[in-house]
Amino acid sequence: MNKIVNQFKFPILIGFIFFVLAIIAPNIATQSTKVTWNYFKEMALIIPPVFLLMGLMEVWVPKDKIKKWLGSGSGIQGGFISLILGTLPTGPLYVAFPMTATLLRKGASITNIVIFLGSWAALKIPQLMVEIKFLGLPFTGLRFGFTLTALVIMGLIMESILRRHSVEEWLPPENEEIKKKLAGKMKF
Amino acid sequence: MATIIAIYSLLVVCLVASIINSKEKSKKAFKVAGKSLLKSAPSLLAVLGIVGLTLGILTPETISNLVGAEAGFTATIVAAVLGSITLIPSLVAFPLAGSLLRSGATVITISTFITTLVMVGIVTAPMEIKTLGKKFTLLRNGLGFLAALIIATLMGVIL
Repeated sequence: MNKIVNQFKFPILIGFIFFVLAIIAPNIATQSTKVTWNYFKEMALIIPPVFLLMGLMEVWVPKDKIKKWLGSGSGIQGGFISLILGTLPTGPLYVAFPMTATLLRKGASITNIVIFLGSWAALKIPQLMVEIKFLGLPFTGLRFGFTLTALVIMGLIMESILRRHSVEEWLPPENEEIKKKLAGKMKF
Repeated sequence: MATIIAIYSLLVVCLVASIINSKEKSKKAFKVAGKSLLKSAPSLLAVLGIVGLTLGILTPETISNLVGAEAGFTATIVAAVLGSITLIPSLVAFPLAGSLLRSGATVITISTFITTLVMVGIVTAPMEIKTLGKKFTLLRNGLGFLAALIIATLMGVIL
């Protein structure tokens, strides 16, 4: 019981803020609840298939393939693959975090992950269409070029900082215990 | 809607291929997915609540009041802070930015808002920390913030 409360302390705290807000500022509380509900509906549709795809990737895509396509030796080609994967029309950014953790554990380079996450957030194709429509092609084109350059530089900087430590040192263990349990049960 | 159709079609194709090849491995994929979903659920819920709270307080009208009313340096700083904190869907953010631009906001202010909006995610940081670690999250968002300011300034000078 305590463990569950501990795990959910953050959502509980936010629920409490909602409760306080409902008393002191009912207008804002109504608006916030509406937004949260809309996002919840969106997530309820997107999250399950994304996690399932992640599970399939975990099971089927071998480590050396990821390393070859997105590892430190993958060069410009790896960066290009990351950019394409990131710009594809998929869900919001928070869907990408667990996915990138899996990719990192499978041997993707930090530079490529930064490019992937960055283009997911900033250079999505549907998003660029809306941007061209409302802010014009010069604005969008300039932003695209600068952002892509910045992402590559950011990735290289982060790679040089984080490379000094092994992945296990800074990446929180998520699937490790699951893997151990499953490995015990099922032999390949 | 297109996104949802794309994801589900991809899933169906992969899932069918997986089940044809190995039932055992497919079962394992479901297990892995279920476990990581359970593990991510608290931070997902938290992010949802925070997104709702920020958007409830910072409505498009509030933002345009804050960014559009005053020009110059202060407005740009406000834009950077708002852009870093909030998580606004592009279908809302870009029309808002366009109308602010037309009503007299400077290019620097608007590009700052857009670049920080897409490159820095304070609202999603709890989840990023949980999955990718504190160090990675701080570096990515910190460098992203710097890059966003530089890009916005360059765009303001060029356009």
